[in-house]
Amino acid sequence: MRAFSFWPKGFLQCFLKGDRLTRWLVTLPPSLFLVIFFLLPSLIMVAASFREPGEFGGLAPLAERGLTLEAYRFLAEDIIYLWILAKSFLVAGLTTLFCLLLAFPVALLIARSPKRQRDFLVLLVILPFASNFLIRIYAWIMILGPMNLLYSPVAVILGMVYVHLPFMVLPLYTNLEKHDPALLEAAQDLGAGAWTRFWRITFPLSLPGVFSGAALVFIPVLGMFAVPELLGGTGDILIGNLIKEQFLDNRDWPLGASLSLGLTAAVLGVAALSAVLTRRRTGKLGAGT
Amino acid sequence: MALLELRNITKRFGRLEAVKEVSLAIEAGEFFTLLGPSGCGKTTILRMIAGFDAPDEGELFLDGKPLSGIAPEKRPVHTVFQSYALFPHLTVAGNIAFPLEMIGRPADEILQRVRETLELVHLEDKGSAFPHELSGGQKQRVALARGLVNKPRVLLLDEPLGALDAKLRERMQGELVALQREVGVTFVFVTHAQQEALALSHRIAVMNAGRVEQLDVPEVLYSSPKNRFVADFIGNINVLNCLVAESSPHGLRLNVEGLGEIAAPAHPEIAAGTHGVLALRPEYLRVGPATVQASLKNRFLGTVSEYLFLGDETVYKILLDNGTVLEALVANAAPGRARFHDIGERVQVEWRHDAGVFLLA
Repeated sequence: MRAFSFWPKGFLQCFLKGDRLTRWLVTLPPSLFLVIFFLLPSLIMVAASFREPGEFGGLAPLAERGLTLEAYRFLAEDIIYLWILAKSFLVAGLTTLFCLLLAFPVALLIARSPKRQRDFLVLLVILPFASNFLIRIYAWIMILGPMNLLYSPVAVILGMVYVHLPFMVLPLYTNLEKHDPALLEAAQDLGAGAWTRFWRITFPLSLPGVFSGAALVFIPVLGMFAVPELLGGTGDILIGNLIKEQFLDNRDWPLGASLSLGLTAAVLGVAALSAVLTRRRTGKLGAGT
Repeated sequence: MALLELRNITKRFGRLEAVKEVSLAIEAGEFFTLLGPSGCGKTTILRMIAGFDAPDEGELFLDGKPLSGIAPEKRPVHTVFQSYALFPHLTVAGNIAFPLEMIGRPADEILQRVRETLELVHLEDKGSAFPHELSGGQKQRVALARGLVNKPRVLLLDEPLGALDAKLRERMQGELVALQREVGVTFVFVTHAQQEALALSHRIAVMNAGRVEQLDVPEVLYSSPKNRFVADFIGNINVLNCLVAESSPHGLRLNVEGLGEIAAPAHPEIAAGTHGVLALRPEYLRVGPATVQASLKNRFLGTVSEYLFLGDETVYKILLDNGTVLEALVANAAPGRARFHDIGERVQVEWRHDAGVFLLA
């Protein structure tokens, strides 16, 4: 090729540089989007958490009142906030656990169905998204009301599990579908019964899917306020409700901002833990035969 | 009594009969090979022995006891899979320990036997490696070690060398034979590679379309194939269309159309007047200049149409005067002289009267 080239010397280098330019052009818009609509607002939140609340909501003028640690002091003094955060973690944890228990058999069933049926079954799993979220929750009110379960922790967790189940099924299915069926045959051939095959082969190999599914359920549940508000009633507020209240009802933006940052920190902590666990696993599992 | 016996096994998948009334008796300590093209039913037989598939008709016996109804995990039979199927989340030692853990051996015994087995397959230093860190040949040896570690009665090997490159495959063949001799476990080996089968096996069952075409030791299969399929499948072979002119206990006289008469080994079941082919291995043929006085009675003239230089040998394709092409394999035994004949050269092809087999067309 080179011998017949009529391009001036160094053209190839220019072109490669151009390729780098292309890469920049492609990645710039999403990066800009994230900077403007995620990073900047987050920084505004951080800033807001150190300001004084305004008289009628919003923030007090910076020139008059300056910066303060008031919001954080307020949070630290009242144990109730920590308690609500802990309760939110408990609800998120239970929701994740129930989602996992329900989703695993479903994902396994889909992954082991004939290839032609799998897409259809996956479609069924995501079908609930086709109807409005609030309508689905109101439907639960109608179901749970006559059963005397409405406005209880059970109702909250039930609603949470219902809403988030697909987020557990999909990553699990994606993982399980990739398993080499020969591994299970090999295990059986070497003396493993059905139960042993599941616990020694299928489950350990599915852990990356379990972790990503758990993250996809746990993190949104932690911040969710609509489900506890509609199904949980007044007694069961979670951290999400608390934050929403600061902004909409109490008009204490700094407190809402500081609560929200606390939650973000907690979520990041969980996400980091999940990432570390996933990487440690996939390090071993990455290159299956 | 045979260790493993298959009696009239038939297996259908829908309307397809994958295995048709196959009966085999495999002796203890044997290296037994099922050889055939893909789709001939050899892997199905292996899966029925392992217990993954059940025969539709017939029965399998291990030590004289029927195997039907015994789950794969309960059979003292292990498989080495074509893809190896090593557990990716377990180390090499973990993989090899797996079958021992399944039968609940104590931890110190497992450790000891895993170490011994790693030595057996020359992987002493790889115990803590994960499968994805191993080369193809090493994975192969782990799969063998895992299959052998708790001394199964039968080890089934499903084209285990299929994924290896030619050089490594040759070396693993040698190791496989040595390993089998050392552990004394009965091997049932499935392959479509005839050379591999000839090199490794004590006995070979050549399969085609669900049936066993011929079962014998490699030497007999090679020199006395029973039919065209076996003759074609094992090694290379020339066929000469001919008519039996005379059949006697001393030999056959065959008439080759357009060329003349030749002599062939006796065949008690063949009567004069039968049409068929004389099957001749390329190495039975001698090639010489057409001008030289022939020493053998079976002799035809022809022209060299093509040759393949293989290094140690040269294959000549010789076009006989009736249009038949014969392949002759000539050893390049003379130093400094790799070839003896050129394309277009007139040559004579001759062979001994006791070479070749008469087969029905």
